[in-house]
Amino acid sequence: MLRTLLLTLSVVAIAHAELCKPDAQNAFKVRISIKTALGDNAYAWDANEEYLFKAMVAFAMRRYSSKSTTQISNVLLCNVTDRVSFWFVVTDSSKNVTTVPGSEVEAAIRMNRNRINNAFLLSDKTLQFLKITSTLSPPVEPSTPVWLIVFGVVLCLIVAGIIFLIISGIRKHKKKNKESTERENLEEKVEVTLENGIPCEALDLKAGHVNGVFAADDERFTSL
Amino acid sequence: LSAAPEIPKEDGRPKWDNKFQYILSCIGFAVGLGNVWRFPYLCQIHGGGAFLIPYFIALLFEGIPLLHLELALGQYLRKGSIGAWNTISPYLGGVGVGSWMVSVLVSLYYNTVLTWVMWYFINSFQEPLPWSVCPLNENRTGFNEECYESTAVNYFWYRKTLNITPDIAESGRLQWWLILCLAACWAIVYLCTIRGIETTGKAIYVTAIFPYLVLTIFLIQGLTLPGATEGLIYLFTPNLNTLKNPRVWLDAATQIFFSLSLAFGGLIAFASYNPTKNDCEKDAVTVAIVNSMTSLYASIPVFSVLGFKATTAYWDCLDRNIINIINEFDLPEESIMRQNYTSWISFLNSSYPEKIAGLKLKSCDLQEFLDQSVSGTGLAFIVFTQAIILMPGSQAWAILFFIMLFSLGLSSMFGNIEGVFTPLLELQIIPKSAPKELLSGIICLISFLIALCFTLGSGSYWIDIFDRYAGSVPLLVIAFFEVIGVVYIYKIKRFSKDVEWMTGRKLNLYWQITWRFMSPLLLLIVFVAFVTLQMQKPPSYTAWNPKYEGFPMKEEKVYPPWVQAVCVLLAALPCVCLPLVALFHLVKKKRRSKDPSFVPPEVFSCQGAN
Repeated sequence: MLRTLLLTLSVVAIAHAELCKPDAQNAFKVRISIKTALGDNAYAWDANEEYLFKAMVAFAMRRYSSKSTTQISNVLLCNVTDRVSFWFVVTDSSKNVTTVPGSEVEAAIRMNRNRINNAFLLSDKTLQFLKITSTLSPPVEPSTPVWLIVFGVVLCLIVAGIIFLIISGIRKHKKKNKESTERENLEEKVEVTLENGIPCEALDLKAGHVNGVFAADDERFTSL
Repeated sequence: LSAAPEIPKEDGRPKWDNKFQYILSCIGFAVGLGNVWRFPYLCQIHGGGAFLIPYFIALLFEGIPLLHLELALGQYLRKGSIGAWNTISPYLGGVGVGSWMVSVLVSLYYNTVLTWVMWYFINSFQEPLPWSVCPLNENRTGFNEECYESTAVNYFWYRKTLNITPDIAESGRLQWWLILCLAACWAIVYLCTIRGIETTGKAIYVTAIFPYLVLTIFLIQGLTLPGATEGLIYLFTPNLNTLKNPRVWLDAATQIFFSLSLAFGGLIAFASYNPTKNDCEKDAVTVAIVNSMTSLYASIPVFSVLGFKATTAYWDCLDRNIINIINEFDLPEESIMRQNYTSWISFLNSSYPEKIAGLKLKSCDLQEFLDQSVSGTGLAFIVFTQAIILMPGSQAWAILFFIMLFSLGLSSMFGNIEGVFTPLLELQIIPKSAPKELLSGIICLISFLIALCFTLGSGSYWIDIFDRYAGSVPLLVIAFFEVIGVVYIYKIKRFSKDVEWMTGRKLNLYWQITWRFMSPLLLLIVFVAFVTLQMQKPPSYTAWNPKYEGFPMKEEKVYPPWVQAVCVLLAALPCVCLPLVALFHLVKKKRRSKDPSFVPPEVFSCQGAN
């Protein structure tokens, strides 16, 4: 009884070793960089974390194929290094000693990548599945590009400034014109009264300036 | 032919509100983009601190004398460039026309550079900055190929901003986003120059002082960045051996000449609005020294940031190698750090040489990263933008940086536009009753329409051409004839008396020697050396071609013959004005002397400064 048990166990172990080894068929290498992601809050990678990993992969397989046949024991880990990197493979319990095709595992992991990352507080870059490329998130683009809005603001300010300057220029121009015509009128009057030399037009004037001092002397001259 | 003006009491000529406005305008005109992105580059490639020796010698014997000459000329004759040179001698009228033409050509392309600055400015309000991430390709499986092979910063500049064509002969389409920014830039220029110095005098307070504030902020920030000290040590370590290379002296002379914005006519225009009894000698020395000090002051933050960028690139290189090694040998994380990298590498190389060779590690050398020198638009739009991404709070730094560049360029644009505006105002192109706003509006509108061709796909290649040919050789020729004209045709004795009358003291020996001999000689040597160097190889340019095998390196191409003809035209057009105008006046005089009944009008006209 004990011997058969030992025999089955060793067969299973050898089978597992056959299934899970570096570059085996349908096996994936995982590389984890905890210190890079978490710095001082980094946790140590131990057997408990490995158990969680197996659980997450099993969860992913269940969600993907929506048949609850994958167990934690179906997920095999091997070659764990200090880097922290290891290989894993998912066995199929219905068919004996075979692995689930890599494409299925890949699709399952891809679908649930976010959940797996969050379970370990890591990201796509720090929890790498080496053969599984992550889909890039689409860039967030607002409906109107931001630069157009800023441009509109700048242009409005400039146009407002130009209009203000032009209007104030026109107003100043009008005021200067009014002032200059007023000044011209004032100068003409001043010219007329202060002018010592008699302008030609004044000679035609019938009304001259009567100097009151001499006005009375008219009587002294005898009339012809 | 007497050119002595009467002292006009109220000639209706606009004047500066105060002396400070005038000095600030001259400084703003002189201090431009070149102080930030050309001078530090020259310092770097020409032996660091040693470059300051030829630079200050050129300043002393070429820069300051020519600056004093232009300011004194404008202040005494109280006219823009065309009017002033016509007054000195009608045969020298071509000098004025030539500088006017150069001002026109430079205004056209200079504002397009400001368009690029504005485009980057309005794009700096996003999170993340658009030049920090590569866009995805069509089926979202990876990044855009062109962006992936070069860098996100390069992609944003060459594709998203310029949408550059692979060859200058391919014009491409007009880029609508650049047209919008160009319209905005010309609108800003119109807003500030709408009534001549009345409005630029107010605007200059902001545009001339603001860059100094930002430079100081960048200085403080830059010095706190890691790697800043390496950059500064690299910049300022003098290497006196470079002084043996004549190229260094030529670069110093041309740098000081173009940096002070001489021979554009803008300085003459600025000085013409001064009262005649003003100390132009002190002004010239002040402006020249402030310009050079600004160049030095600007190179400190520039090189702190470049040192930071080189150090970050070096650390990235190291980190990438470390990750590769750790992954290959499955070593625990953080076993290899930057400090013990070299010891680990030597250990691993001795024990597993094939594995190490298989990894194809890049050799990381800090000196190599520091040696990557860039000047001009490459410095601002590629190198600096990349460094800004690495700083915390990058949006704020980007906004500050681009506003600073915009102010620097705008204050230089004021001088360029004044060099175009003042002579046209004096020639009375538009009737006197029409407002000044109309003339500045016409100038800005026409310039905008012509500058639209710089928004084509091949626009930046054309701007390089304008910069290299229209903004270089003609200025040297014009400046040479300026000095010769004043010293030997107007006669230096008369000019000394005029300057003495203005400043109130006699011209000392330094000015006499430099004006008479040193400056014309230096200009002649610089001109000959410059032209010889240009002619040594066929003019070529580097094109951004994604289909090129060496991509992301730029492809070296030669200009097609018709483009070379345009280059020659650009350089020759302002220069050819000089002999043409002189010839025109000679022919007019001969025709007049042949006609005996014709009485020269000078007998009756009043020679006034108006």
